[in-house]
Amino acid sequence: MTGEQVPAAEVARRAGLPRLGGRPPLVDYSRDLWERRALLVELARSRFRATNEGTRLGMAWVVIRPLLNAAVYGLVFGLLLPAGTRPDNFVPFLVVGIFVFQFFSGCLNDGAKAITGNLGLVRTLRFPRALLPLASVLQQLLALGPMMVVAAVICVVFGEPVGLRWLGLLPALLLLATFSAGVAMIAARATLHIRDITQLLPFVTRLLFYTSGIFYAVDRVGLPRAVEVVALLNPVHVYIALSRGALVEGQAVDGSTWWLGVGWALVVLVLGYLFFWRAEERYGRE
Amino acid sequence: MSEPTAPAPEVAGRRPTVVVDDLHVDYTVLAGGRRADRARGVAQRRGALRRSRVVHALRGVSFTAHEGESIGVVGHNGSGKSTLLRAVAGLATPTRGAVYADGQPTLLGVNAALINDLSGERNVILGGLALGMDPDEVRERYDDIVEFSGVGEAIDLPMATYSSGMGARLRFAIAASAEHRVLLVDEALAVGDAEFRRRSEQRIRELRERAGTVFLVSHSMGSIQQTCDRALWIDHGQLRADGPVDEVLPAYKDSTR
Repeated sequence: MTGEQVPAAEVARRAGLPRLGGRPPLVDYSRDLWERRALLVELARSRFRATNEGTRLGMAWVVIRPLLNAAVYGLVFGLLLPAGTRPDNFVPFLVVGIFVFQFFSGCLNDGAKAITGNLGLVRTLRFPRALLPLASVLQQLLALGPMMVVAAVICVVFGEPVGLRWLGLLPALLLLATFSAGVAMIAARATLHIRDITQLLPFVTRLLFYTSGIFYAVDRVGLPRAVEVVALLNPVHVYIALSRGALVEGQAVDGSTWWLGVGWALVVLVLGYLFFWRAEERYGRE
Repeated sequence: MSEPTAPAPEVAGRRPTVVVDDLHVDYTVLAGGRRADRARGVAQRRGALRRSRVVHALRGVSFTAHEGESIGVVGHNGSGKSTLLRAVAGLATPTRGAVYADGQPTLLGVNAALINDLSGERNVILGGLALGMDPDEVRERYDDIVEFSGVGEAIDLPMATYSSGMGARLRFAIAASAEHRVLLVDEALAVGDAEFRRRSEQRIRELRERAGTVFLVSHSMGSIQQTCDRALWIDHGQLRADGPVDEVLPAYKDSTR
């Protein structure tokens, strides 16, 4: 036995041993996260690949899946919905809406599973845990790239003129990704506290799908003024509107929509990051 | 090594690498089924809501580990051995008390980071990054890892196609490639075939020669006797004995009879 007279903390101090565990200050945490960015990228890339590995068509599914989705929804909503709620060039309008929404719902759902679905990782390796929900978002971004190329091709095929306004797609998607990263971090921590949230997510996703003006134009439904304002403030609708504004003619958005997009993105990212960081030492414990 | 003004406390002439001070670790779990609740007389069900229950995995463990030591951790299932290792790795947060350690103590094992559908090559990169190497270090060590694993040409194939032995060797090669001053080996996490045991024992000896510290959790008294000089006996979350292997192991064996 090694009987010590010196208090343990003093032994550690004299030997120059730092204390482990606990939550690092925000600045250190962010620096750690930045230093581990190679892992973040590799994790996202590997998982993105793995999702399509083992199917005959492989990576082609990245493009085929959204196309099939667009075809199904186009068929259903194109035939069923009253034409009055539909803008003129319905196919590009619908495709952009669906693709943007798929990205967002992917971030929300994968983000919610980022910690609870990776407990093995969390329990054996040390890294800033925010890396996991952020990797989910990056993985979704890797899928969004080809999807947006498909969307652009569809737009051209259906007679949308190519123009400088297409450049607006990049900042729109950047804001969308920023917003989604915040949402993913919030969802990752929330499901940890209350596992039951995973049971509710499909309903939340569906509710957002039907309320975000994906297959109809919010301003054409004839909603009461107050409801319409809320519907237009909905961040998911904001990012869909911004993306449509870039790709689809006659869907131009005004400056206030851009400001809304910037505001939602920054506020949700910062809140999400802080919210996630505050429970850092608890991931893997509960 | 030690600070010039305050010399490190010399225990057996060696510098401390891990100091565990009155360590308590609690887990919160959702209370299980009704029967268990009733049996324990706690956590009554209120409507559909299930109460959470606190499990005290460690209750006041203290010890100091030194460089060049290899320490076996013994105890029955659920005594808190793995929790202790995870706390020393900085993965379980103390509810009370503290862990001080040199560098980043690391659990030997990267299994959780690897993806079976991907090639061995991608997994080496992914595993290396997950262990905290930077991309340059991974590139540097890549050839060594592949050679050590003996996987050969199969490195281009998905890991799912590997035999269990090949997979275990590659996983071990990746895990053992990282340099760490304090290495934690939990056999429960590792694939316990003979090959793995032989290599991990070799790895432990190497590390000790370089004045590192090794912790080994194992149910095999043989492998602890062979590789460790000191043993910790954890019983119901408390440190029941701490001393030379020759003294602690017989006492532990007696208690399990």
